[in-house]
Amino acid sequence: MPDLKALVEALLFGADGPLRSDRLAEVLEVERTVVNDVLGALQAEYEARPRGFFLQEVAGGYQLRTRPEFADYLRRLGRTRPFKFSRPALETLAIVAYRQPVTRTEIEYLRGVDSGSVLKTLLDRHLVRILGKKDVPGKPAIYGTTREFLELFGLADLAALPTLKEFSELAAEADMDESAAVLPEEMPGD
Amino acid sequence: MDPFAIHLENFTGPLDLLLHLIRKNEMEITDIPIAEITTQYLAVIDTMQSLNLDVAGEFLLMAATLLHIKSRMLLPQIVEDGAEEEDEEDPRAELVRRLLEYQKYKEAALQLDELPQLNRDLYARTAPAPEVVEEGEGEFAAVGLYDLLQALQQLLKDRPEPMVHEVTAEQLSVADRISQILTALRGQQSLAFTELFPTNAGRHEVVVTFLAMLELVKLRLLRLLQSQRFGAIWLTPAVTETAEFDADADEETLGYA
Repeated sequence: MPDLKALVEALLFGADGPLRSDRLAEVLEVERTVVNDVLGALQAEYEARPRGFFLQEVAGGYQLRTRPEFADYLRRLGRTRPFKFSRPALETLAIVAYRQPVTRTEIEYLRGVDSGSVLKTLLDRHLVRILGKKDVPGKPAIYGTTREFLELFGLADLAALPTLKEFSELAAEADMDESAAVLPEEMPGD
Repeated sequence: MDPFAIHLENFTGPLDLLLHLIRKNEMEITDIPIAEITTQYLAVIDTMQSLNLDVAGEFLLMAATLLHIKSRMLLPQIVEDGAEEEDEEDPRAELVRRLLEYQKYKEAALQLDELPQLNRDLYARTAPAPEVVEEGEGEFAAVGLYDLLQALQQLLKDRPEPMVHEVTAEQLSVADRISQILTALRGQQSLAFTELFPTNAGRHEVVVTFLAMLELVKLRLLRLLQSQRFGAIWLTPAVTETAEFDADADEETLGYA
């Protein structure tokens, strides 16, 4: 058996998406705990001897990803302008992510605006999907986030979402930066 | 307040605008001075309308809601049946709840945007998905309806509608074509889909042949197989011993369920 760590690294390198540890265990014919140890060791190794990439746990699997601090150079390489979410899209996505399963009516009540077209864009981009129908009159569709959503934001699972701040925390923050020049509403670049 | 400093398009909705006004005036969200906020809100909307800018219906709806709350606040509390109506809700209560909830998700949206984002802040090592592996013969799979329709579309595209109207004495019938296909298949292991449609066949013949083929599949006399997606389609007799084609072409494959 070749060096297991090198082998896992090779599999991560050649994978076409985040690789689950149980899949690795299956391919390597070893226990899952062994795989997890190796993944942990690789993670530590990439951190200790800083590499251009790191091993991120994402959407239930593991994937090699470039370090965020090199983003500028990678963009130059690809000559791409990164995709930027509009604020309505982000708001809608956040509501779906935290409130799923959620209906369109509920989203629109929370946002106070029609959200049909934003929701469609998110569906088209496979960030949101229809989970089913709610068992109430009219049988409205209920929405939830997708695996692609987790991959996009580098989340291991939904539990890895940042905790929702409650009102008390928000109020405290507002007091603190009351005099700050930049209110969130006036943030540039929409 | 300078209403010109506010542009409606900077706000994702009426709740967003209200929240901005509340913060700007350092008001207490749980105890909004409703008359004051209504005046300011209406001033913004008025300015937009005087500039002939479209104001979305949701902003107007909120204006109505604010006015409604304001009027309810002005009405004296009607105490019915003695003093048991103490717990009548503040007219502002629902709006406050909505503002608080909205604020929570607005904040969550900003947090989400701050997460390192794939293809914006970091890039993933992704090997291209392997091509559909050529498994060689024997690995035939049932043809899906979509592939079949594509094949038909291609056939019809190759044979444009003739410009001249011609009267043909003899037109091929589906039944005729069925027996022709069966004859052609007799003693054969398989027949290429394209063989059924000679290049000199007209559109009518193509359609009749296609229908005949579907009919045969429906009668379970024929199976349609292909070794890879968008690959060549093969016809095989379904009744003879075709054990080497270990695929299951049931009717559902063609949408005949």
